[in-house]
Amino acid sequence: MNPLLKSILSPQFVFAIIRVTTPLLFAAIGVAISALSGSINIGLEGIMLISAFFGVIISAFTGSLVLALIGGILVGIGMGALLGYFHLKLKADIIIAAIALNMFASGITIFFLYIFTHDKGTSSSITSLVFPSLQIPIIKEIPILGEIISGHNVLTYFALISVALFYYLIYKTSLGLRIRAVGQNPDAAESVGVNINRIKLYSLLLSGFFGSLGGLYLSMGYVSWFSRDMTAGRGFIAIAAAALGGNFPLGTFLGALFFGIVNAIAIYIAPLGIPSEFINSMPYIVTVVALAIYSIRLSRRKKMLSKKEEV
Amino acid sequence: MENILSLKNIVKIYPNGVIANKEVSIDIEKHTIHAIVGENGAGKSTLVKIIFGEEAPQEGEIYYKGKKVNIKNSLGAIKMGIGMVHQQLMLAPDLTVAENLILGIEPLRYGVFLDLKKITKLTEESSKKFGFKIPLNKKTRDLSIGIRQRVEILKVLMRNAELIILDEPTSVLTPQETEVLFKSLKDLKHHGKTIIFISHKLKEVKLIADKVTVMRDGKVISTNDVNQLDEHMIAHMMVGRKINFKRIPGIKKVGDPLFTVKNLSYLNEENIYVLKNINFEVKAGEILGVAGVEGNGQTELVEILTGLREATSGQIFIGEEDVSRFSPREIREEKVAHIPEDRMKNGVAEHTTIEENIIVDRYYQDHFSNKNLFLDWKYISKFSEELIKKFKILTPSSKAAILSLSGGNIQKVVVARELSSNPRIIIAAQPTRGIDVGSEELIHNLLKDARDNGIAIFLVSADLDEVLKLSTRIIVIYNGEIVARFNDVNDITQRDLGPYMLGVKKKGE
Amino acid sequence: MEKFILKYFNLIRVAIAILIGIIISVCIIYIISNEPGFSLKSLFLGPLLSKSRFGNFIETASPIIFCGLAIAIPFQAGQFNIGAEGALFIGAVVGTAFGVSTNMPAFLHIPLVLLVAGLTGAFWGFIPGFLKAKWNTSELVISLMLNYVAYFIGLYLINFHFRDKAAGYLASYKLPETAWLVQFILGTRIHIGVIISLVFAVLVYYFLYHTTLGYEIRASGFNIDFARFGGINVFKVIIIAQVIGGFIAAIGGMTEVMGVHRRFNWQISPGYGWDGVVVAIIGRNNPLLIILSSLFLAYLRVGGRILNLLSDIPAEMITVIQSIIILLITAEAFLGGWKYRITVREAKAKEVGHEPST
Repeated sequence: MNPLLKSILSPQFVFAIIRVTTPLLFAAIGVAISALSGSINIGLEGIMLISAFFGVIISAFTGSLVLALIGGILVGIGMGALLGYFHLKLKADIIIAAIALNMFASGITIFFLYIFTHDKGTSSSITSLVFPSLQIPIIKEIPILGEIISGHNVLTYFALISVALFYYLIYKTSLGLRIRAVGQNPDAAESVGVNINRIKLYSLLLSGFFGSLGGLYLSMGYVSWFSRDMTAGRGFIAIAAAALGGNFPLGTFLGALFFGIVNAIAIYIAPLGIPSEFINSMPYIVTVVALAIYSIRLSRRKKMLSKKEEV
Repeated sequence: MENILSLKNIVKIYPNGVIANKEVSIDIEKHTIHAIVGENGAGKSTLVKIIFGEEAPQEGEIYYKGKKVNIKNSLGAIKMGIGMVHQQLMLAPDLTVAENLILGIEPLRYGVFLDLKKITKLTEESSKKFGFKIPLNKKTRDLSIGIRQRVEILKVLMRNAELIILDEPTSVLTPQETEVLFKSLKDLKHHGKTIIFISHKLKEVKLIADKVTVMRDGKVISTNDVNQLDEHMIAHMMVGRKINFKRIPGIKKVGDPLFTVKNLSYLNEENIYVLKNINFEVKAGEILGVAGVEGNGQTELVEILTGLREATSGQIFIGEEDVSRFSPREIREEKVAHIPEDRMKNGVAEHTTIEENIIVDRYYQDHFSNKNLFLDWKYISKFSEELIKKFKILTPSSKAAILSLSGGNIQKVVVARELSSNPRIIIAAQPTRGIDVGSEELIHNLLKDARDNGIAIFLVSADLDEVLKLSTRIIVIYNGEIVARFNDVNDITQRDLGPYMLGVKKKGE
Repeated sequence: MEKFILKYFNLIRVAIAILIGIIISVCIIYIISNEPGFSLKSLFLGPLLSKSRFGNFIETASPIIFCGLAIAIPFQAGQFNIGAEGALFIGAVVGTAFGVSTNMPAFLHIPLVLLVAGLTGAFWGFIPGFLKAKWNTSELVISLMLNYVAYFIGLYLINFHFRDKAAGYLASYKLPETAWLVQFILGTRIHIGVIISLVFAVLVYYFLYHTTLGYEIRASGFNIDFARFGGINVFKVIIIAQVIGGFIAAIGGMTEVMGVHRRFNWQISPGYGWDGVVVAIIGRNNPLLIILSSLFLAYLRVGGRILNLLSDIPAEMITVIQSIIILLITAEAFLGGWKYRITVREAKAKEVGHEPST
């Protein structure tokens, strides 16, 4: 047991947690923003996938990291716009439309992967770029802490910053206020002149933006290639993470972190013979339990006669 | 005194053909509290929706501050200085009071960020200016309705409203909160605001309003200074009309009490007693009519009687049996039929066929199914076709979708189903609302026949004509209480009932 | 003519959506392929060109039909339970575990293995159903999470308790022959499970439209307030619809194992649960239409595989096409303008000589 404990309590392990959490965090923020406006986007799985693919392809064919970044982001936002169009304009059910978009992304990425590389599995036959890792001067010299914090991919740092961005957006901007209002009581928003559909569209575009970064990280940071269905359900885990965190910025971060920790543990534990499947299933089981508890409390609150404040 | 708002000859016809406003003309003077009163369907809600830009009139003109205007939507109305506090409060529950107040008019720094300092400053200033003491940093879901309403009013004031419309504001308030509201309204008036106040509670109108406009059947009956009238006069203007129906002949034999309600009370989620100590009984072979303006507890009462809602205290008996805690299925098995007030919400499933709607309460019974397992569609179709004939439902077949029927025919399907279940008791809520005259006549005759056959009928209706035409006895409900009982209805008219319905009188005064 | 259009509007919309999907695939083939004619033939006629391919087509439809039914029943009750994938997986695992650990004659073994699988799936449907009925928890999120739990627990069970080390890859012990579903058409892998899927579709059709419980389910889906008002126990309905869905999905998974693979060898989740969502939507939750839409999807799948084999076009094109078809179908307002114009014209025609509008 000793060597395992040693490796879990090592700075490398914490480093690994941060690495693994990065795509989950981006996706979870994407889900949370859309959920706050009342139109939850369960298509982050597809958005991440399609951005991951286009980042790789663009970087391989243009040799430009910047173009790959821009292209990947645009594709992600585009998917968000597509979802917005079908749901808000054509009145499609947002869940079914998102499921369709996930399928679409899965199919089209492999389709084009084959067209461009004649390989259906991975893009390893072409050379794509990766986003650089950053060694933070001074901090990297600090024992333990330095090993944990310094050396991450630039997108990882941006993911952490994104939590702050999410917080500022939602609580400190008028768009964020309107998103929250639309999600809580659309009639209230409409009665003061807020355009509900426009706000929902913005939230979907934003979720596409953050999702695209998660995807770009996967194929151009976490690893340096695209492989079929490489998102591996992260888009759905993100839904659980956001739900666990109540769609709040801090909660979403903790939810994503929770799943990241569990994933990292699974990787480390594997050589030990403890079934990784147990570890891997834990976050999902915990989410089921947590959501059940949350619902119970919500329904109890409605039943009880609450005492209101008098001023 | 100048008029801040003048409406001239407003006509509003809804797509279903109902004429809600017929040549309505009203002048609202500046710095007054102007009440608009009328029964349900009188047209007052439509009128204020037009003023606030939520509906557009077919004909007529609106003059605001002397200039002719075209109010396209609520944003336009707000920009002109018109504000409305709806009956359903429009606040985002998890946002703070301050956030709700500045939603849509957020002060910004650098064009993007909320200027929190300015928000605090603005909301505090407004709050002080109008004398509202509201906790600005509390989430609105943690506040009582009275305070939430004040937030709504402050919301309107902060958008520089000079004309404020309040739609039935006291319907959700306790007496104490009402007092506080009225003081605020008087203060606002002194601040130079003009207030339009919709209500059906005449005592309150007398208390707070300077002028009152009475509406009836879509028309303005008259506009007067409040101190020229007393409540009785207002009530009579609201409900008096030519008697244009014939009361159904009474039945001689009325049987034993079939349906008894004892001390029924209901406290809702907002901690308000929507029903207070309701007592009544309905005998076999009689129609007990409940007169009252909607929103006085009738909806909750009917839901409790039919098992769709649980009472806070009290008992319900069918015969000798205590059915207070019965489920809807169990109540129906006691042979109670229910014609619901919202037919589209509860009465039918609009996307499926007439047949499937007819069997919802009996699909498991003999003939309709074999051993409560397999549906007998042949029997169901035959049964449905017979009902269609008997109730004169206009439709090509029993397999037509409910969606394809007109409102009157949909109601006929509901009534057909309920009356054909062989009930001993019928609970009918607004049974002829929104349907054509022919269907209304038919349903009234059916209720009369049911009564003649010894069925006990509990009729709740905001349509006074209907109540007077059909009822053997009448009770009047106001503010969750029964305020009058009339056991001999032969010479009663709307004028007698009006004052009770409007809170002017209480039996025993 | 216009009356006809209005009456069957939804079916026509689906047909048009499918047509658009086909047109898009034809366009893609023309753009990408060097031999468009040959490619088109492979895709659209491929499954018909040989016995084994035709068999492939039929046998692929089987689990899709099961999952289509498994999704359709909760959908008809207004429940968004997409847990067919998980129920199918864990049901097949537990059924296989039971099958390899027991010995009995086939006439007992087959139904019992199926039953064990089905009950496992039923339990998997019960969890989201109960949580929704009692506390209004989102059955969508819960069933989605349980899909993953089923996957991991299932893999664990196979990996650590029923793994056939001799097999060389992750797979369970082979099922005894008494638990096999016979492949009864020579030259193909078409097995009894295919027949079972068709039987189930007919049974579910009968269940939904001719039984009291089926009526309760559909009434709750049409208008839950109406169902409650009429006396239906909607608490029970919400749960039962999802339990039955889980049961059927698990049977579908188990028949695949018993009929095709004869051991549990799924290393990743097979995806039939998601196919079930597709065919349930295209088939508008009607079991008989689901047979057709499942055949349609299976045909396209196999055609796509053949296309992939014989030309340079990836089979994933089919996934793209199917997703476009679903998007168009679920967009209620798709062709809505057309429907509105026809409706107005019909209404105007009706106005002559009828009662005044109400």
